Amino acid sequence: MTGRSALEAFASEVGADGPVAVVGGRTAWDVGGEPDADVRLVAAPVGVVEYEPAEMTVRVGAGTPVAALHGVLAEAGQITALPSGSDGAGATVGGVLAVGRSGLDQLRWGPVRDALLEARYVSAEGRLVKAGGPTVKNVSGYDLCRVLVGSLGTLGLLGEVVLRTRPAPPCSRWFAGAADPWSVRSALYRPAAVLWDGSTTWVWLQGHEVDVEAEAAVLGGLGFSPVDGPPVFPPHRHSMGAAALRTVAGPFLAEIGTGLVHREDPPAPAALPDAVVALNRRVKAELDPTGRLNPGREPLQAMA
Amino acid sequence: MRARTPVDGDADAGLVDDLRRAIGADAVHAHALDRALYARDASTIDVGVAAAVCFPTDTAGVAACVRVARRHGRPFVARGSGTGLAGGAVPLDGAVVISTTRMNAIRSVDVDQRVAWVEPGVINLDLTRSLLAHGVHFAPDPSSQQACSIGGNVANNAGGPHCLAYGVTSAHVLALEVVLPDATVTVLGPQDGLGDVPGLDLRGAFVGSEGTFGIATAVAVRLTPNPPAVQTMLVDFARVEDAAAAVSAVIAAGVVPAALEMMDARITRAVEDFVHAGFPTDAAAVLLVEVDGLPGGVAADAALVAEVVRSHGARTVRVAADDAERALLWKGRKTAFGAVARILPNYYLHDTVVPRSKLVEVLTQIYAIADRHDLLVMNVFHAGDGNLHPLLVFDARVPGTLDRVHAAGAEIVAASLAAGGVLSGEHGIGLEKRDFMGLLFGPDDLDAQARLRAAFDPDGLANPAKVLPAGSRCADLQHVPDGVWV
Ligand SMILES: Cc1cc2nc3c(=O)[nH]c(=O)nc-3n(C[C@H](O)[C@H](O)[C@H](O)COP(=O)(O)OP(=O)(O)OC[C@H]3O[C@@H](n4cnc5c(N)ncnc54)[C@H](O)[C@@H]3O)c2cc1C
Ligand SMILES: Cc1cc2nc3c(=O)[nH]c(=O)nc-3n(C[C@H](O)[C@H](O)[C@H](O)COP(=O)(O)OP(=O)(O)OC[C@H]3O[C@@H](n4cnc5c(N)ncnc54)[C@H](O)[C@@H]3O)c2cc1C
Repeated sequence: MTGRSALEAFASEVGADGPVAVVGGRTAWDVGGEPDADVRLVAAPVGVVEYEPAEMTVRVGAGTPVAALHGVLAEAGQITALPSGSDGAGATVGGVLAVGRSGLDQLRWGPVRDALLEARYVSAEGRLVKAGGPTVKNVSGYDLCRVLVGSLGTLGLLGEVVLRTRPAPPCSRWFAGAADPWSVRSALYRPAAVLWDGSTTWVWLQGHEVDVEAEAAVLGGLGFSPVDGPPVFPPHRHSMGAAALRTVAGPFLAEIGTGLVHREDPPAPAALPDAVVALNRRVKAELDPTGRLNPGREPLQAMA
Repeated sequence: MRARTPVDGDADAGLVDDLRRAIGADAVHAHALDRALYARDASTIDVGVAAAVCFPTDTAGVAACVRVARRHGRPFVARGSGTGLAGGAVPLDGAVVISTTRMNAIRSVDVDQRVAWVEPGVINLDLTRSLLAHGVHFAPDPSSQQACSIGGNVANNAGGPHCLAYGVTSAHVLALEVVLPDATVTVLGPQDGLGDVPGLDLRGAFVGSEGTFGIATAVAVRLTPNPPAVQTMLVDFARVEDAAAAVSAVIAAGVVPAALEMMDARITRAVEDFVHAGFPTDAAAVLLVEVDGLPGGVAADAALVAEVVRSHGARTVRVAADDAERALLWKGRKTAFGAVARILPNYYLHDTVVPRSKLVEVLTQIYAIADRHDLLVMNVFHAGDGNLHPLLVFDARVPGTLDRVHAAGAEIVAASLAAGGVLSGEHGIGLEKRDFMGLLFGPDDLDAQARLRAAFDPDGLANPAKVLPAGSRCADLQHVPDGVWV
């Protein structure tokens, strides 16, 4: 069962009262805190509903494993911005969006949040609500999709989404060397990722074979050689400006140009401006006045 | 469309005095002429009357204006360059207009990090020009880029020809310094422009909110490296259907051009008469296709595009030989609206999006709709995105014409929605399409949007009565201005 009837069944399962949480592949279940003990668990509809490669969009149930979606897209030579790193573990489309972490190649292809064009979600009142629209360009009304991404299911439970797709890069290769990551980045045209641990720089090139070859030659001149992939990532994500990176102590792995730094230690709680905290609370209070959606989860703590 | 009750000059005296005390006498204009000058934007909607027009020079000045407006229970409206086409910057109910024209500094440029902090009044093209030496640019390039402001681009989530490959404004806004409707100043998104902030993507919600969530006073924009290689092609077709089918086929072949624009026969002829760029005047439709990137891939993509369009009936494929020719082709595209002004004095530029596969179907309906209403329609649009821009050209002095224009406009919206499209791709909703929102969204959808708005602006003083129709939320007290045609 996919499409309209699956969505309606999902909405009636969620119902209009009582604490409820939606479960995906449980691969990021504790991000932002575990759900309260008395929470009823539901699962979102599964399956690709509509896929037109020439539209570069796909409509898919939010409970669909990312790997299954990417399998369907691969047949048409396409991909989404949902991180392919989560494929193997069983992460779902809805889970990835609800957590909102971008893939390693966001430097080139943009963050996960830009992939979401339309969401049909179940509101706190148990109603099916549509946010956004199915076309790649759309400024019809407020961009509710943006606040749903990264909201950990606290504003609405995603049932079905329309995602932007793009052609899969025909060639994808990793390199490592010792040059300064910022000068490496400017020597290249839009690399997919540049990583740095304070001494080694890793570069991910994606695109046409000829272009990757040409840039591989540039990298060769800087003393880089091909490697299988990125190094192992330390478990915790921090946000850090370039200046801070130059002086940071202890082991780290930085995603150059994104402000993200992976470290062994959890980040200190972020000191957000009061006005921003207040806005977060007001959005939650407006969209889930009784606090029944994913109680126990707090997006404001989701960096940890 | 006529103005509703004009604002009583005396009643405004206290307000104007307070504004002058807050930001200086010469920064507040309140003469009838000033108020009239700022009563409308580039749309055909003229129901506004400003109480006063403020020209703050910094964030504190914007906050001060908002505080004064609040104290007087007055709404306030941010205004960039006034090129908006949806009536977004039209002041209703004697609103205080807060213009950003004196806030046009580029605060910082970090080329290593590819982030610049700019003030909202910076003109889009000026930003890109000022970055030339750094080898980077601001990717969103609306056809109005010589005039529109970055703040207006953010508020409308502007698009442009190069958004096909690079994404709309939202994808290029990393963080925002804003004055919220309660006059507090804060930053939405990461303070230094990079990294993730915990919590909701308030930055993303603010982009496209058309000045109803507060006023952006500085924008951290993403800087995009200039492509090392570019090829621009002018492709012409004897049949509109073939041109539209070629658009889908190019994308289906796995190429995402940097831009993929389409012009129909009428607009092509108007443009050629105007710029003399050698556009084929006997073509039913032309495509302007640009591919960019590293040289090898660009050559391969350009060859593939040429092959695909030829197999879809293209008569000729002209590749711009150099930058000068490339600039000329783009000049033709970007001055299309200017060219139209030479045919008839007025035009109404529409903006809807349909799935690419429905381009021919909806275009055919648009020609029929214009015929039925005895109007001239021309089409020049972002075909790669399915973003239609039917241009109804008319002479407003002919009695009854505007009514026919608006009737045709409503039918174009209906046809686009019926094809699975949306109301607007880049111009926004404003007043123009506000009362069409119910055609795209159900009551529960509108209620959710109204709640998001209430979270940002509980008192409803930031550009009220825009975007959402009255009654979007239960107990909605939004007032409906008289004389708005939609
Ligand atoms: C091996 C591995 C590699 C990974 N690589 C990357 C990577 O490269 N980049 C990256 O960014 N991330 C990566 N991830 C993280 C991945 O993105 C998360 O696992 C994913 O976001 C969680 O999906 P899930 O279906 O398992 O969600 P769950 O763990 O089941 O749930 C996570 C949260 O989302 C909520 N949620 C789930 N479904 C919905 C829904 N339908 N509507 C609303 N809320 C919902 C849940 O209630 C919960 O709060 C990786 C994870 C693993 C295990
Ligand atoms: C000939 C022509 C061609 C055009 N082509 C395109 C195109 O290709 N793509 C496209 O997207 N648009 C196009 N437009 C529409 C218009 O130029 C854009 O919508 C532009 O983004 C408006 O910018 P502005 O500075 O003129 O804003 P204004 O018209 O002054 O304001 C627009 C809206 O933004 C709000 N606003 C302005 N500044 C701020 C701020 N600092 N903070 C909060 N809210 C603010 C206003 O309240 C209003 O709601 C075109 C217009 C014309 C006349």
